[in-house]
Amino acid sequence: MTAASLLRRLMLSVPTLFGVLVINFVLLRVVPGDPIAMMIGPGATPEDIQNLREIYGLDQSIFQQFLFYIRDLFNGNLGISISMRQDVVELIGGRLPVTLELAFVAIVIALVGIVGFGITASMWKGHWPEVLIDAFSGFVQAVPDFLWGLLFILIFGVLWAFMPIFGRMDLTVEFDPATQFYLFESLLRGDFVVFASVLQHIVLPALSLALPLIAVGTRLLKSSIIESMAQDYVQLARVKGFSHFRIVVSQAFPNALIPTVTLTGVQMTFLIGGTVLVERIFGYPGLGNMAIDAVINRDLPLIQGIVLTFAVMFIVLNILIDMTYAFLNPRLRHD
Amino acid sequence: MRINSIKRLKKCLVAAVAVTAVSLSAAGVVMAGGKDSLTIAYHVGVPAWDPTTGLSSVNPQLQSIYKSVFDQYIDQNPDLSFKPGLLTDWGWNDDRTKVHMTVRSGAKWQDGEPITAQDVVWNLNRASDPASGNPVAGFIWASVGDFEINGNEITGTVKSYTADYFKWMAFLTGYLIPPHYYEKVGKEGFEKKPMGSGPYMVDKFERGSYVRLKANPYYWGGKPAIENVVFKFVTNPASRIAEIESGSSDLTLNIPFEEYDRLKDKSGLVGVTTPVSDIAMIFFNDVEPFLDANVRKAAVHAVNRKALVDRLLKGYGVPLHTLEAPEYAAYDPSIKVAYDPELAKSLLAESGFSPSNPVELTIQTTRGYLPKDYEIIQAIVGMWRKVGIEAKIDVYEVAKHYELRAQDTLAPAAFYNWGNSVGDPQDSTGHAMFGPSPHSVWDTDDLDGMIGPLWGELDENKRIAGWKKVSRHIADNAYVLPLYQQVQPVIHRSGLSFTPYVSNFILPHTMGW
Repeated sequence: MTAASLLRRLMLSVPTLFGVLVINFVLLRVVPGDPIAMMIGPGATPEDIQNLREIYGLDQSIFQQFLFYIRDLFNGNLGISISMRQDVVELIGGRLPVTLELAFVAIVIALVGIVGFGITASMWKGHWPEVLIDAFSGFVQAVPDFLWGLLFILIFGVLWAFMPIFGRMDLTVEFDPATQFYLFESLLRGDFVVFASVLQHIVLPALSLALPLIAVGTRLLKSSIIESMAQDYVQLARVKGFSHFRIVVSQAFPNALIPTVTLTGVQMTFLIGGTVLVERIFGYPGLGNMAIDAVINRDLPLIQGIVLTFAVMFIVLNILIDMTYAFLNPRLRHD
Repeated sequence: MRINSIKRLKKCLVAAVAVTAVSLSAAGVVMAGGKDSLTIAYHVGVPAWDPTTGLSSVNPQLQSIYKSVFDQYIDQNPDLSFKPGLLTDWGWNDDRTKVHMTVRSGAKWQDGEPITAQDVVWNLNRASDPASGNPVAGFIWASVGDFEINGNEITGTVKSYTADYFKWMAFLTGYLIPPHYYEKVGKEGFEKKPMGSGPYMVDKFERGSYVRLKANPYYWGGKPAIENVVFKFVTNPASRIAEIESGSSDLTLNIPFEEYDRLKDKSGLVGVTTPVSDIAMIFFNDVEPFLDANVRKAAVHAVNRKALVDRLLKGYGVPLHTLEAPEYAAYDPSIKVAYDPELAKSLLAESGFSPSNPVELTIQTTRGYLPKDYEIIQAIVGMWRKVGIEAKIDVYEVAKHYELRAQDTLAPAAFYNWGNSVGDPQDSTGHAMFGPSPHSVWDTDDLDGMIGPLWGELDENKRIAGWKKVSRHIADNAYVLPLYQQVQPVIHRSGLSFTPYVSNFILPHTMGW
């Protein structure tokens, strides 16, 4: 990807983001569910209700509210959360690293799984390992990530209470973090007690998120490797006397990687979307968990902020995927 | 150079894998249940800490946590009766134009500062200030003002008489926060590090995950028996069940009754069910076809409440015939509406309807918001169909219910759960059925004419008798369909002494090992 095409992609993302902003803002105000109606207790008078509308700026027209929203957005202000009474930027800033860390671990698990299973299935094509991996992929793909979460809670939390099933780290472990990236920070600080605790807590939710990605990625990688195995350069490697393992790993695999990376990138957006339910199930205090609370409470500023954050994440992720694709496929660098 | 880099990379990878492997194989799950600690798998998280303003302040499900950290002006016993909180005495003068309160001597905030009468008045004035964002500032807190202080005694002038003014001191938003601390740290600072005068202090709060509480050494009621308490915010019922089964938590609640029955029989666990101050009901709207009294009455007589409770809730519910639960001040056990499908059929026949020519209507309900809500409505629709009422079920989110109710545009029938943990009839039948209330659905002059004078009734006996008459009138005219009192299932580890509250509070300072 050249600098010019990167710039073009970045410029195109501006109208995309604006579209997200408009649709999100208008939709939230036209769908049923008034935050003030949820707030009024028994005994509230019409004056109380009007007063609350004024406090939260909901007494203005939608257009006026939108203008104020855009004005504040340019000043880096996403408003104050109605339910949590905190600055939305601060709230998202506190939760986003949690989700990113979870997504990162899930992607690492997924990549290890995809590469391991993909190569294994290609190496033993037509034999029982391939059959087993195909069956595994089919089964895993059919089960959504949140169901894996519930299953893991049952297996590892109840039947065989080996892994923690709630939260981000053991509540008895003291940790005074400088960032919200507990896993990375504890590793860098050499605090292995915290690292162990965070890692134990992240494994099951990350695995729940990774499994569907592993299933899709494994199938594609396997078929891409098999396709590559029919290419001339592979035949040449065979003639040169390379071992089957070396041919698969060093010749076919690098070329089979390109479509896999593309698909994995697309699937990553689903993975990040999947954090919403998985975080909820495991009580993981990330952005997705907060998104559900925000929706339940009709916390308009917080929902807007979270949707905007997810939109930015998806755009950045897509650009990164394109850059990776260009890196892996030299022909694209000159297009 | 390249070879060295690769070697370093390999070393790093090996180290990372080794650390990961050791980490995962190291410590297992930390069990809850030490003698000085208690872990509760709670069903909701705390979005905001100010218990007097904003959305959270009127969320009944958060009151257990608020009550653990903050004091209320007036406290409650497990049976809903009232007892001193930070006020040791309170009341009206004879003609109900003045109120008097006595502030507890020797009580302290969690930083050790004394609680003064000035602090109490600051809180009362703040609650009545519309700018504070207290959702009931106008109707409740502004009804008394012009407070005067004499030592620990406070007197105030009644601006508009509200019979349940003192009951609200034990209800939603009836909490005290320390003025000196709040003014020092501000609104956002308070949210980050809340402080009250309740039995526990906030030790650590991780938004969306848990709050760790530590016993308050200054608590006027004596230091709690359990030193450390953790409320884990486990919003998923399956995860709460796993928490208690795996031993990660000592107590949980709000779980499906099927799971409750299974868990209570497990060794090491104890189950407690308590009828609580939540009433499942169906609002009737004063629109067609419910403007026809025969249709309304038939809709009420056709419903077998006992069967609903026995078959769908596994017996965990108390059938009700009014919006007053047995623990409420205006409960009248003599008011009964018989389950009589034949009577329902004959009433409908008078209006020209029958099972072959049914009257049609829409009933709205949530699905999964309350225990078996959708299934209950499906069963009721089945009962109605047998007598000649064909109802279409419209599933919506509870947020939509609130909005439609505030606009008075609910369907002819709408399922809801009405909570009233102070038991005053104004806060159940009153706000639910009085036309001008933003919460009411049925608005007719006959009922409003009966309820209106009761808001200002000074004689308590007459007031309660008046509300009982209102309940009877509502039952006779089928203006609402009360269904049953909800039951709260709690599972806790054996060895824990747990006190159930009708108000549905889970209060760690009343527990011990």
